[in-house]
Amino acid sequence: MLRKTVATLVLSAIAVQAQAAQEIQWWHALGGQLGETVEKMVAEYNNSQDVYEVKPVYKGNYTETMTTAIAAFRAEEQPHIVQVFEVGTATMMNAHGAIYPVHELMQETGNKDFSSEPYLDAVASYYTTQDGKLLSLPFNSSTPVMFYNKDAMKKAGLDPNQPPQTWTELADMSQKIIDADAATCGFTTGWPSWVQIENMSAWHDKPIATQANGFGGLSTELTINSDFQVGHMQNLADWQEDRIFVYGGRRGDSNPLFMNSECWAVMNSSAYYDTFAEGTNFEWGVTKLPYYANEVKEPQNSIIGGATLWVLNGHDEAEYKGVADFFEYLSSAEAQYFWHSNTGYVPITDAAFELAEERNLYASKPGKEVAVQQLTLNPPTANSKGLRLGNFVQVRDIIEQEMENIFVGKKTPQKGLDDAVTQGNKLLRKFESAND
Amino acid sequence: MHKNVTFKNPWLPYLLVLPQMAVTIVFFIWPAAQALKQSFLVEDAFGLSSEFVWFDNFVALFTDPAYYEVMINTALFSIGVTVVTMVVAMLLAVMADGVLRGKRTYQLLLTWPYAVAPAVAGVLWLFLFNPSNGVLALALRTIGYNWNHYLNGEQAMALVITAAAWPRIAYNFIFFLAALQSIPRSLIEAAAIDGAGPARRFFSVMFPLLSPTTFFLVVVNLVYAFFETFGVIHTVTQGGPGTATEILVYKVFKDGFIGLDLGSSAAQSVVLMVIVIGLTAIQFKYIERKVQY
Repeated sequence: MLRKTVATLVLSAIAVQAQAAQEIQWWHALGGQLGETVEKMVAEYNNSQDVYEVKPVYKGNYTETMTTAIAAFRAEEQPHIVQVFEVGTATMMNAHGAIYPVHELMQETGNKDFSSEPYLDAVASYYTTQDGKLLSLPFNSSTPVMFYNKDAMKKAGLDPNQPPQTWTELADMSQKIIDADAATCGFTTGWPSWVQIENMSAWHDKPIATQANGFGGLSTELTINSDFQVGHMQNLADWQEDRIFVYGGRRGDSNPLFMNSECWAVMNSSAYYDTFAEGTNFEWGVTKLPYYANEVKEPQNSIIGGATLWVLNGHDEAEYKGVADFFEYLSSAEAQYFWHSNTGYVPITDAAFELAEERNLYASKPGKEVAVQQLTLNPPTANSKGLRLGNFVQVRDIIEQEMENIFVGKKTPQKGLDDAVTQGNKLLRKFESAND
Repeated sequence: MHKNVTFKNPWLPYLLVLPQMAVTIVFFIWPAAQALKQSFLVEDAFGLSSEFVWFDNFVALFTDPAYYEVMINTALFSIGVTVVTMVVAMLLAVMADGVLRGKRTYQLLLTWPYAVAPAVAGVLWLFLFNPSNGVLALALRTIGYNWNHYLNGEQAMALVITAAAWPRIAYNFIFFLAALQSIPRSLIEAAAIDGAGPARRFFSVMFPLLSPTTFFLVVVNLVYAFFETFGVIHTVTQGGPGTATEILVYKVFKDGFIGLDLGSSAAQSVVLMVIVIGLTAIQFKYIERKVQY
């Protein structure tokens, strides 16, 4: 089998060389298993035609990939396509001379019908201009969901098919589960700012910044120190005292708390679905993020994380034709279905989601549909389209620092979030002055 | 014997120093000049627009309270690493020097950790102290101490100091051991005959004789803690929780490579350059002169 594959690879490599296919460089940030899935998708594309050959290159994590691509651009060695995470969006879209907006690329290479229409609203809206034109191609998108331990619920006498829907229910159930000794802590969270501030605000249709979360202009200012967010931080801090909430660090650092059955629930990116599938030995489920019933009748929609593909300037028209062709393949329902079924990312087009339902994907991988349902719960509002803030990597860092200060008890929620706003706004002003 | 070496061809000496000059210029002078230039500019990440702003980047830096916090962290961290390293290394060296049987084995084993790269040392200590499944973190919990360096800044600082000091202890150990072995036995024996106990012999005889080594190590350890511990911080805490373990070199990386704020990052490197020049000057000017050889 292996020998056969190698032989095919060698043969196809020779074949490609003979025809001198146009090479398209794609720098991405997906390592490990995700990287292998990317390679498979690209191999399928390369085998499907012989005009272009896409070369995916793993360049490290998201920040490293973006920094490398920028450095390459400065040295005029840039790739055709670079994968950039969602918080780098504002930096990329303001680099006018460096990027080739995807809608222009598609128009100019002959695909006149290209629009953001086939993409899920919550995905496309994060990356479109004010008049709805896509600047980059959505590729891997995820959203935070809640993973919970069904065994712990059973042990505490709770119905594992009735996971909590509101924060009050979550807190009550956590208490019961701790009292029944089914877990030592209630819930934890990954990506603190993304899940508990950015998404919680969108989920309750509350703004996180002025100017429509930054979509309206560079003069945007943070509004995360309003009553809603302060109240939420206060609750988390209060719940900490009874271990109903336990803080477990940034990114995926808190996942072990869930995987070791210490906490019975974790709110984190749907992209961790397969990590949990492999790393746990108990029965777990996926459900939507909890909401405050006293704030809204029903939740709005959650916002995405993940990355899109940006096209960089400075290459030949013939090569851009290849990029456009490859993008069409990547957005096809088949390719997206393959991506969705092998990773925790959502299918980014309506067609791919329908295909997944048609093929009963969610019967074999229950809970994988929750992320899409959450993103498409309601048409996005100005508060739930996403956010477009400059220097957001650092701003998010500041928000997470202040959240940590609140959780350690160094600052009150109001003081912590006030400080996050003051410091964050400074960075927003800096970005404004560097880009106007 | 001629005191002045002369070359027949006037160009030959220049030719001979050329490779060294080229290396210095390409790898040291040129990047330093670039950093200096960049520190006076405000640029977007792609370098499409750039504006000369004089000292704005420096003014912004020194009016930012966060920068002073990072300076305090750096001071704590460097002093912590230096003190821990040197106290432990000296203790081990004195013990290893006094061992009669298996002396070589002890000495060899104690120098091993030096071969471990800082980043790897960081990962090792992170495994041991991971709040949810680290062996030492769990051991601490069983005796009633709640270890969670993701949340507790002091614990995080203690962890990075330990991780940074550990491979460094071996390096210091080698120097102390060599210095101890070069102390004439007769001096120690004379003190013993005069009735000095082991502690008195150490503090009155051996320690003063170790002073040149000690002062040399203070400076190299400080330089190490300032500039070479990036890997430890990056693998263990990434500067967190909050900014509890963010030190100057890490901030340069964070603002420049993650935040893409090249102007501020360059200004910070210039500040670091000034610090390292200062440290070197102190080493040459004062320490070398005051130490008794």
